[in-house]
Amino acid sequence: MANESTRVNAPGLVSGKGWHDQDHVPGIKSELLELNMGPQHPATHGVLRLLLQTDGEIVYKVTPVLGYLHRCAEKIAEGVNYKQWVVYTDRFDYLAPMCCNHAYVTAVEKLMGQSVPERAEHIRVAVSELSRIASHLIALATFGLDMGAWTPLLYCFREREEILNLLERISGGRMLYNYMIPGGVRYDVPNDNWVADVLDFVDLMEHNKLPEYNTLLTYNKIFIERTADVGVIDAKTAVDYGCTGPVLRGSGVDFDCRRDDPYSVYHKFDWQVQLGRGEMGTTGDCWDRYIVRAREIEQSCRIIRQALQQLPEGPYQALALKAIVKAPAGAAYTRVESAKGELGHYIISDGGQTAFRNKVRSPSFCNLQVVEKVGVGQMVSDLVALVGSLDIVLGEIDR
Amino acid sequence: MKLMYDFFTGQLGLGAAGANITVAAVMAVIMFTVMALCAIILTWMERKVAGFMQSRYGPMYTGRFHGWAQAVADMLKILGKEDIIPAEADKGLFKFAPILVLLGSLLAWAAIPWAPDFVAADFDLGLFYIFAVSSLVVIGILMAGWASNNKWSLYGAARGAAQMISYEIPLALAVVPVVMRAGSLNPQDIVIAQQGGIWHWNINPITNPFLFIAFFMYFIASIAETNRGPFDMPETESELVAGYHTEYTGMRFAFFFLAEYANLFLVSMIAALVFLGGWWAPFPGMGWIPPALNFIIKGVLLVFLNMWVRWTLPRVRVDQLMHLCWKVMIPVSLLCVVGAGVWMMAWGQLK
Repeated sequence: MANESTRVNAPGLVSGKGWHDQDHVPGIKSELLELNMGPQHPATHGVLRLLLQTDGEIVYKVTPVLGYLHRCAEKIAEGVNYKQWVVYTDRFDYLAPMCCNHAYVTAVEKLMGQSVPERAEHIRVAVSELSRIASHLIALATFGLDMGAWTPLLYCFREREEILNLLERISGGRMLYNYMIPGGVRYDVPNDNWVADVLDFVDLMEHNKLPEYNTLLTYNKIFIERTADVGVIDAKTAVDYGCTGPVLRGSGVDFDCRRDDPYSVYHKFDWQVQLGRGEMGTTGDCWDRYIVRAREIEQSCRIIRQALQQLPEGPYQALALKAIVKAPAGAAYTRVESAKGELGHYIISDGGQTAFRNKVRSPSFCNLQVVEKVGVGQMVSDLVALVGSLDIVLGEIDR
Repeated sequence: MKLMYDFFTGQLGLGAAGANITVAAVMAVIMFTVMALCAIILTWMERKVAGFMQSRYGPMYTGRFHGWAQAVADMLKILGKEDIIPAEADKGLFKFAPILVLLGSLLAWAAIPWAPDFVAADFDLGLFYIFAVSSLVVIGILMAGWASNNKWSLYGAARGAAQMISYEIPLALAVVPVVMRAGSLNPQDIVIAQQGGIWHWNINPITNPFLFIAFFMYFIASIAETNRGPFDMPETESELVAGYHTEYTGMRFAFFFLAEYANLFLVSMIAALVFLGGWWAPFPGMGWIPPALNFIIKGVLLVFLNMWVRWTLPRVRVDQLMHLCWKVMIPVSLLCVVGAGVWMMAWGQLK
């Protein structure tokens, strides 16, 4: 049972009392309906299971049930060497694998005290931001789909396809790249006009495609009706629950690891952190989270343009690839701003070839927790909007 | 119908009762075949329309030319599917629901005049009858949701019942001004009253602006009545899995599917009949076009409009849907009825 104070969001529940509290028909007992949303459900973005208690359309309790995609990735890290484990990071957030690679290799580099050539850092930033755009495109697309808008889904996937083609040309993989290695990147920028093609794509994205999504979906009256003032996460709740990324910024908290805890070469570029401002309703509603992602695509385009235009000459790897890399005993924690939020890797080494312990702080996991609080008192449709706007990836939650 | 009746009584020497039954049987066969064909063609059309709106092609392989046989292939496949009835389902209701849903759509076709005097059941309460029998669909949906013994189905059914019953009111109110203008509930009379080109159609805003508004009220309510986006509350695949037909498989599912397209075509044809001049060609000098073809083209254009809306807009929420119906559309429709009446009195158009 939800406590009284959390019910104020529920439309129609002015008195703070639900239908089931009242004795409408003498002798007939009414109770809450238990509903399993998932693990096989079209709107749970993977194999998430939400255990709902509903009173008609109104949700009284949400309990996320996890673990359907657990693959023991952290345990595997104790058995394979540092370079081999990069491949598992791809499988965390499979919509933005480059960001995951980046998070892991920075941790390993910090542990080893390894420096990275400037050119490699530029390439890393560019591909990470491309990955971020791809991930945000999926977020916009599936969020639209959750709202019943089919067509933007296909448009977003069309542009994502372009990104996958570009990343395939640089890394050889379309979805799971295994591209970054401790001390650099696996391959140099291909000499088939890749940089120019990326710059073309970025221009197209910024000037052509984003306005198209905006006219089709963002400023659509029905879409605004469905998302504004829905699933409001206020700044305090967002901070309390450890939300990061677009969810945190959607609530108006000005924090971005790329700016506030600079890693790689982000400090060199000129861009802005985007915040939810409650333009259509309350700050921290679903529309704010959506628009933060849409505007971050724009900012990512700016970063990519600068990173590739200033791409320095030089080596793309710090050292020739050795099969086995040993790290000195010690521990290192680094965090990067992945597409979903703050992705941290904590690695403890006992001096051997493999990590003694590798702990991943995944943003989706922390972001999802907030459902338990914010989902209460919403309608079932709004819960779908809320989960969609959090943009979770189950591969990262269960690892 | 008179012609066919005369043919059976005169040429074949049948009695009056025998001739009536034969005419009914022939018309039933024609209607059912046309309906099944329409559903199949519209399925294909929906896929192509959706495809082109989403910058892709849709089906391209089956039957060589733009995948024209895709819907046929799907129907054949669905015939071979296993018919699963959940163990805890109410078996009788579960089996009967899809039939009732399809029946609701099919029965209404009896009173639709395709061409002058080409109508299965020509009676004076035709329009009333159409709206009455198409309400059967909601009983079928409620039945399907309840009998499935599945919570998602029940949600879909409850939403569907609320939505369809609510939207029947603006739907029926929107055609009242037309009935006032034609002075008859007989669909044939309504069409005949619109004779003489596009400016005589009921939609013409100069003749009567309230009828023009009524057309849009009708169109919006008809989308809700057919449970299609942006008002596809009973199905809402992103919320309720598949809504009331979550548990249905094989041919029973196909019945719901066919009913959706039969219903879609039905409401579009009624709109064409009531507002767009039925079988009349838009301009004089186009009399060589067969009346039925005129009628079907108008219906298909409206179906296209319906698909366009579906593949463009996001879905509204269930409370917003009810808000739209009760607080916007019903008052506006009532206003249309009053306004149209006053307008007709003022200009002496009332019969």
